[in-house]
Amino acid sequence: MTALRKNKQTTHEIELKGQLALLDLTGAMYLPAHDALLVADLHFEKGSSFARRGMMLPPYDTRETLLALSDAVFRFNPKTVIALGDSFHDIGGPDRLGTEERTTLSGVQQGRDWIWVTGNHDRILPDSIGGQVVEEMALGSLTLRHEPAAGKQAEVAGHLHPVGKVVMRGRSTRRRCFLTDGSRCVMPALGAYAGGLNACDAAFKPLFATGFTAHLIGTERIFAIAKSMLCRD
Amino acid sequence: MSQRPPTLLPKTFRDWFKSRGWKPRAHQLDLLAKARAGRSVLLVAPTGAGKTLAGFLPSLVELSERGSRGFKEKRGLHTLYISPLKALATDVARNLEIPVAEMGLPIHVETRTGDTPSHKRARQIERPPDVLLTTPEQLALLLAHAEAQEFFKDLRRVVLDELHSLVTSKRGDLLSLGLARLMTIAPQVTAVGLSATVREPDDLRRYLAPQHSPSPGGGGSTDRSGWGGSTDIDKVEDPTPSRALGATSPLKGEMGHEALADLVVVQGGAQPDIRMLDLDERLPLAGHTASLSMPSIYGLIRTHKTTLVFVNTRLQAEYTFQELWKLNDDNLAIALHHGSLDVSQRRRVEEAMAAGKLKAVVCTATLDLGIDWGDVDLVVNVGAPKGASRIMQRIGRSNHRMDEPSEAYLVPANRFEILECRAALDAVHEAAQDTPDARVGALDVLCQHILGMACAGPFGLEDLYEEVRSAAPYAGLTWEEFQACVAFVATGGYALRAYERFAKIVKGNDGLWRVRDARVAQQYRLNVGTIVESSMIKVRLGKSMRSRPGTVLPRGRILGEIEEYFAETLTPGDTFLFAGEVLRFEGISEDEVLATRAGAGTDPMIPSYEGGKFPLSTFLAARVRAILADPFEWDRLPPQMTEWLLQQRRRSIVPGPRDLLVETFPRSNRFYMTCFPFEGRLAHQTLGMLLTRRLERAKLKPLGFVANDYGIAVYASGDIAGRAAREPGFLDELFSEDMLGDDLEDWLAESSLMKRTFRQCAVIAGLIERRFPGEKKTGRQVTISTDLVYDVLRKHEPDHVLLRAARADAATGLLDVRRLGMMLERIRGRIIHKPLDRVSPLSVSVMLEIGRERVYSDNADEILAEAEAALLDEALA
Repeated sequence: MTALRKNKQTTHEIELKGQLALLDLTGAMYLPAHDALLVADLHFEKGSSFARRGMMLPPYDTRETLLALSDAVFRFNPKTVIALGDSFHDIGGPDRLGTEERTTLSGVQQGRDWIWVTGNHDRILPDSIGGQVVEEMALGSLTLRHEPAAGKQAEVAGHLHPVGKVVMRGRSTRRRCFLTDGSRCVMPALGAYAGGLNACDAAFKPLFATGFTAHLIGTERIFAIAKSMLCRD
Repeated sequence: MSQRPPTLLPKTFRDWFKSRGWKPRAHQLDLLAKARAGRSVLLVAPTGAGKTLAGFLPSLVELSERGSRGFKEKRGLHTLYISPLKALATDVARNLEIPVAEMGLPIHVETRTGDTPSHKRARQIERPPDVLLTTPEQLALLLAHAEAQEFFKDLRRVVLDELHSLVTSKRGDLLSLGLARLMTIAPQVTAVGLSATVREPDDLRRYLAPQHSPSPGGGGSTDRSGWGGSTDIDKVEDPTPSRALGATSPLKGEMGHEALADLVVVQGGAQPDIRMLDLDERLPLAGHTASLSMPSIYGLIRTHKTTLVFVNTRLQAEYTFQELWKLNDDNLAIALHHGSLDVSQRRRVEEAMAAGKLKAVVCTATLDLGIDWGDVDLVVNVGAPKGASRIMQRIGRSNHRMDEPSEAYLVPANRFEILECRAALDAVHEAAQDTPDARVGALDVLCQHILGMACAGPFGLEDLYEEVRSAAPYAGLTWEEFQACVAFVATGGYALRAYERFAKIVKGNDGLWRVRDARVAQQYRLNVGTIVESSMIKVRLGKSMRSRPGTVLPRGRILGEIEEYFAETLTPGDTFLFAGEVLRFEGISEDEVLATRAGAGTDPMIPSYEGGKFPLSTFLAARVRAILADPFEWDRLPPQMTEWLLQQRRRSIVPGPRDLLVETFPRSNRFYMTCFPFEGRLAHQTLGMLLTRRLERAKLKPLGFVANDYGIAVYASGDIAGRAAREPGFLDELFSEDMLGDDLEDWLAESSLMKRTFRQCAVIAGLIERRFPGEKKTGRQVTISTDLVYDVLRKHEPDHVLLRAARADAATGLLDVRRLGMMLERIRGRIIHKPLDRVSPLSVSVMLEIGRERVYSDNADEILAEAEAALLDEALA
């Protein structure tokens, strides 16, 4: 087991609009040219959102998501962190954040530019949550937004929670993934309770007219998988 | 059996028996006497003994004595009958109407099932019938009703049919809790259990009687997981189970404080006429299709009136059905019946069978119990018998007149199954039983029950605890476990008390717990029950478009359902057997599998999904090992078998009954290791997973493994035999029991089987809502993947009650960890390593599974690496 751990390869290089992007095992993306770390669909406090409706999911999802987030942040130590929307599962999310989680979040934000892009789950974010709130933004030649826009775009977006399913000789696995055609990238959801939408779903079709490569997040590293190898659910 | 004077029976009844040309049977009168004495009783009787009538007779007599009720007079329910099958409840109701009508008794009999219309349900609560026939799930719903107290307060008797089959599952746990509640509401109630012969009748007697065990001391929890299972080791060491009738284990008899229902045993009827089908041909070493025996089976069908052909899996059912029809020159009415077929199709078969229109039915466990089929005069069991009791119950499906022998044939499909059939035949002749041990009540079921009780009305914690512990499966429940379940129902029961304000049940100022609002009660009603079907997906026959070849429209009829995880492993173009036809998988559209008829003569790619549901019983396994180990026994085997074993002895070793033979040999650049624990496929799969982990750590580069009911084969690119030669004790270390420690824990973290187990517990306990088969997700419906929940919970609260429940299930369920633990203990210091230069006769049988069986792996990265390589190949091509 220890032997395997040593082989763990946390980042995976791709090219996006002519610049280097490092895809991370946590589901984050680092853009060295801008010293910026991108994360999508954190869905903080999804557990407590369900609890309100009588489904008492383990209340540790925010903690777990923060663990992944801080792992990526402290490894890359970027100047800027940009969360691409749906950072909270609902508008009441920031208020339900536990004390411990709030402290952890502040610690991760400390000393960096922190930008919250708003999403459909969190159109409004209170000031108390720190950082800057935007609807979308430009980063070099890339536009960063929550929901992918129509048409051909140079953008990084979230919203769709892509997962890829692979079946090889009767064995199957379903993993979160980055989808990209070299110009657009749809990022996986980082939230512990954020489910996934199969990359073969019709929702992805208009975004990638010329196809895409899926970068599936395995246990020890990220794998580049051809679209033709992906299966429906 | 004491001869009771028939005067116990009122004249009306005596006359009725006479008019039918019957005499009341001794056990029927015994049950009447027990009822008069206010005793609960277990009736153990073979099929055809008039069990059901015996169970109802006391109620019919009592009800006839109390006279007819006035038009407006309201009376409570007198007798409640619970059956595992809806169809059985309906059938029994019909049969019960006969004596009621013929004697003109003023008794009102009704059924209540999922099909009962809502106005009738409401009326039943308002004006209860005298006798109500229903299922465990409906009982749970009735008990959660606000009117439950009123509805059941006059109840006199509960009749539990097919109790032996009910108690082996979580349904039995739920029912035991319902029974405990009934006895609280109506302390006068007596329980009557009707059962086939079982190994430990005392387990069932305990189930029927309220237990009053002293409170388990301290706050610690009982070992519900059974990990390792060393306490059960005696059962493995001694393969001789108690004889069928009335034997009481001395140990249990000494435990003074336990309550037992009385026991009435009907001695078994005529010895069954059962034999192994003559084997003219050499059987293959592996496979389960029994293709060579089909002509003989067809011949038997022709010469009998009605034949039931039992098989172990749906796949075998499909195959057997198809093969029989290929031979069916006489156009005999041969039908197919298994759990995946569309319900209406199954009902048609059942009706045709009852009407005597069928010559044979090929069926799976779906017909193991159920309604009386009339004139079945032959049972054929194709494939491995799996368990002694199981095979006896199947044989009992033939000839429902207990005084005439049932006729049955066992048909082995491969050479190992010859051994298993031999062991089963011996067991049948000795009337030895191997029904499973009594269950320890599941915690997820308790969680569901607690919410149900809150829906019925306010409860006090201590009162409910005492009531729950009076149910035999929960007699050992600790206060700590009970509290954990209550806390789970209220707020999820997490150490991080985050959800207090959303609590589903709350404690009032009076100290009683109540359900928070009507919506929670509604949620309970929608999620009641313990049967979590693996997600099923409908199979629809598609139509190919002539104008556009390759395009398939979903225009055909629904053929039935298959497991979603099976559908997941199919790729377009794969062919498989279903509903008696070879189908071509076209794809999945809108929650349906779309398939077309494959061209004539297409060989189905027979994928094995989950193999047999029932692993070889511990008892039969021990007998098989004993036959194998004793050359004198070989004389009783067919010559082809003896020859094969002699070859094995020449080329390798035939292991002793307690030894584990490990063979190693090289083959086309790989190194193989095979072993034969005979512990059933599930335990072997778990063993294989753990062995490959350990071989990985030993840097022997394992590539995969396959498992069947008898053994496993692991293959690696590292030389396992070489390492074993250099390092004495290497194999002992490899097979040491500590694999059930960290290695197991590591694997559980990612095991898809464990995740499936967890999902079932989460649904039963009410953590997530049930998804109904065929129901489409609506936008408002919230769903969450339990796999994500499992990952988070396991990491942050590994001792949470749901994980405890899932681990307890895994111990005996899909992972069969407990049996693996018993095996590892049994073979400690008894591993015999035989390095060979090529595969031995014994090992061939499991090697043949390679390519036929799925290679097991939960390692996502392996699958992904393979898919990634495919991309590279494409790029370089």
